[in-house]
Amino acid sequence: MTPIPLWRRYSRLFGPDPAADVKDELSFHLQAKIDDLVIQGWAPEAARQEAERQFGDLRAVQQIGVRIGEKMERRKRLKDYWSDSVQDVRYTFRTLGRDPSFAAISILILALAIGTNIAVFSVVNTLLLRPLPFPDSSRLVWIAPPPTGCGLSCATYSADAYEEFREQSRVYQDVTGYMAFTTPDNLRLTGRGEPEPATSIEVISNFFQVLGVQPVMGRLFTAEESRSGSHSIALLANAYWRRQFASDPAIVGKAIELNGAPVTIVGVLTDSFDFGAVFSPGAKVDLFTPLDLNLERDWGNIVTIVGRLKPGVTGAQALDDANRIAPNIYFNVKYPQTLGRYKGDLIPRPLKDYVTGKLRRSLIALWCAVGTILLIAGVNLSNLLLARAIARAKEFAVRGALGASRGRIVRQLLMESLVLSSAGAVLGLGLALMLIAWLAHQGSVALPLLSTLRIDGQALGWTVLVAVFTAMIFGLLPGLRIASGNLQEMLKDSGPGAGLGRKHERVRAALVIFEVALACVLLVSAGLLLRSFVKVLDVDLGFQPDRAASIKVDYDDSAPSEEASQAKRGEIFQQIIARVSALPGVQAAGMSDYLPLGPNREWDSPVPKGKIFSPGELPAPLVYVITPGFIRALGIRMHGRDFTWADGTHGERVVLINASAARVYWPGEDAVGKILMRGQEEDRVVGVVDDVHEETVEGGTGSQIYYPVMQQGPASAQLVVRTSLPPATLAASVLRALRELNPKQPSAEFRPIQTIVDRAVSPRRFFMLLVAAFAGLGLLLAALGIYGVISYSVTQQGQAIGIRMALGASVGQVQRQVLTSTLRLALAGMVLGTLGALAVARLISSLLFATSSWDLPTYLGMALALLLVAAISGYIPARRASGVNPMEVLRSN
Amino acid sequence: MDTAKLEFLRGTLDVLILKILVWGPLHGYAITNLLRRQSDDALLLEEGTLYPALWRLENKGLLDAEWGLSENNRKAKFYRLTPEGRRQLRHEVRTWEAYAAAVAKVLGATHPPLPEEMG
Repeated sequence: MTPIPLWRRYSRLFGPDPAADVKDELSFHLQAKIDDLVIQGWAPEAARQEAERQFGDLRAVQQIGVRIGEKMERRKRLKDYWSDSVQDVRYTFRTLGRDPSFAAISILILALAIGTNIAVFSVVNTLLLRPLPFPDSSRLVWIAPPPTGCGLSCATYSADAYEEFREQSRVYQDVTGYMAFTTPDNLRLTGRGEPEPATSIEVISNFFQVLGVQPVMGRLFTAEESRSGSHSIALLANAYWRRQFASDPAIVGKAIELNGAPVTIVGVLTDSFDFGAVFSPGAKVDLFTPLDLNLERDWGNIVTIVGRLKPGVTGAQALDDANRIAPNIYFNVKYPQTLGRYKGDLIPRPLKDYVTGKLRRSLIALWCAVGTILLIAGVNLSNLLLARAIARAKEFAVRGALGASRGRIVRQLLMESLVLSSAGAVLGLGLALMLIAWLAHQGSVALPLLSTLRIDGQALGWTVLVAVFTAMIFGLLPGLRIASGNLQEMLKDSGPGAGLGRKHERVRAALVIFEVALACVLLVSAGLLLRSFVKVLDVDLGFQPDRAASIKVDYDDSAPSEEASQAKRGEIFQQIIARVSALPGVQAAGMSDYLPLGPNREWDSPVPKGKIFSPGELPAPLVYVITPGFIRALGIRMHGRDFTWADGTHGERVVLINASAARVYWPGEDAVGKILMRGQEEDRVVGVVDDVHEETVEGGTGSQIYYPVMQQGPASAQLVVRTSLPPATLAASVLRALRELNPKQPSAEFRPIQTIVDRAVSPRRFFMLLVAAFAGLGLLLAALGIYGVISYSVTQQGQAIGIRMALGASVGQVQRQVLTSTLRLALAGMVLGTLGALAVARLISSLLFATSSWDLPTYLGMALALLLVAAISGYIPARRASGVNPMEVLRSN
Repeated sequence: MDTAKLEFLRGTLDVLILKILVWGPLHGYAITNLLRRQSDDALLLEEGTLYPALWRLENKGLLDAEWGLSENNRKAKFYRLTPEGRRQLRHEVRTWEAYAAAVAKVLGATHPPLPEEMG
């Protein structure tokens, strides 16, 4: 075989052509055959026919050839691409290895940005995007009246209303509910050493079937089990089973002792069901018992309603159905006049919306914040790469001269950014895992579903997406700039004065300004949220949470008659309070059945004696049944007198009301000494107390009324102790005192009142802290960006600076010049950022509390912080510039 | 064409091509001629059938192809064995010989096999 001479190699100038190759090969065969036949003496035409006959089906062979050829060509192209990419990656590792500090800083920046993005995505995904952890959860609806000021009692329904609703509605597969008035630690687990507190919730027997929750062992409740007379049974929450019963595999069928009575465990629920996470964020529920509706008929509004819609039913149809049946529903079937009480009060909404709807705005804000971080990081990296690209201009020019196409060089640059962002993503994933693990264990944050937080496949997909997106935004710009530049120009010495360098510098300055502007927006948002949070903490709650703590008290006031029970209870409580008050460090002690910022209830609407109001005009105040001393223990201001132990069963019936109630009942008058009528019962108002924030820290307050325990039945007893010492130091002695009086007292938590307040503001604190952290990160990245640009331009202008200093410029002048250019960048960014911040602040105004979106101190603070950071990041290169030795610089060039 | 003969060809053509290329690179036409001469016209029915076999082998990486000039200065595609092809040839030859020996043994038998002892 002889190689083809150069001049005959033109035929495949425009790339490979398998079809032509096959044709050439076969025609060579035929031609050679014809030649041979002619030599053997065949006539040329006969020789051609003979050659074709001997060859066989030319066209079929040709087709096969083209097919195989194309296949090979495709494979070859793929192989080339792959080997090119491998080469690019290898080259990338080599270049990055040559500059490890650049690689480390870039990867760190990316890891922070990508990590926070993954973590926040997981939070958003868990709370907003992913459906609730129930099968077909989109069909679950929460039925509740529109929000009003009278607490939980106005957000729930009576037992009769529930049953009628379930019977008459046509759009539900089934309707269920649970007892809304449950307090934490409402049971004592006894018979196993020291009594331990446990939290149970009563659910309507079909509760788990409607939600679609399965037991891991045993069974769920049956319909008969919510009838009176059936023996006591309970279902265990999975976590409680594991914690309290050491995952006892034979627990089903065993009896445990609750409040001294035997209760049979019929099953253990699945691990994936966390009642608290869905229905009462942050609270843990240990066991479930069937709710006996017959026992609750006369207790007013007590259950919440959850329904599962039939397939295909829309929200509008559900609402129509509810409006249709609302007029036919009794509050209590015994009283015909209560028919239609719930008109307009049966409003179904998706359960998901009820659980997380309030958080939507906060979460979206959070998501935007981390998105901004990503953008800042991308711009930052873009800047760093651009600086490097200029430094590497010669390298690219040489590669170009050696035959690398522009596409190939851009691909190389993109590969570098992809490698960087992948490394950042891997590190960021680790960071996100830590963040998520930490967040999932923030039991004290009252956010729903937080405990179900995890990095899942979707989060991983998001990671890849973010990594590729970031690589694109920060790799493409430097790549395109290099590609658009004239390679020949670069090959010449591109000194500091070269036009290309200056153009690049303008681009870099623009990037820094953009970055500073973004940081500015983040800082203002964080500042506004921080101000709101401080304002929330400053809210006068109506009581003093510091140096007070509460513990749930167990007592037995069973007696043959209501009166005897009241008297007995009074005695027990008096004894407890006397005993606890005598402890050193205790300033005041008292009890109430409900504490502020927790569950609450209302009874009826008392009427001021001698006045006439139209129906519906008077509020139904929230009711608290308290002991003497409670008002002082909780630190509520009042005038008039507190209850005394003399306000007994047979004494005059007395009440305390809050200022809001007094304003409604006796506007412009002093309510002390006036009479409130509850039906025929006369209650004398002996004191007026300040409004207490009962439901939320941020919301307003409504009417409240306090009754003494000796005259009304409390739902439970929370002992509140005001101390002169830190509350924690008293926990042991208080519990010991309670145990001495009542050996059955469980070792309930001695909870500082401050933690109740902290819990109430925890979602706001949570979001504020996250946004503030992101703003800090943004500021840091912006500072890095400023530093990078200034520092680079100082290096580039080293010669010029040297000359100026040789000509007599002072150190101060040089420093001032560098600082001025720094601040000019920062100021431009701030102007742009302030405009952006004003727009963004308007968008987040619904997240603010008592803070205007124009809040001047916030903007000033932001400006100050940015200027300071800019000054610092400019000062370092400025010092370096002034340290330039003019002689050295001049000599070096 | 006799189908039995064709099937036979498909199985053996590949190994024959590999064998012929052991002595150096050749173009398709030369391979046909050598095949014809060495097998005394017995094996190749239609010359066209050779090419798909060549391309298949090239696709499998057993052959390498390169354009060059033929004896009378025409552009032709030359095939050469790759190391992989050489290995494959050795393997095929061994298999073939073992197979042929076994067949020969049976066909050349002069008396029936002894009954096997039952264990």
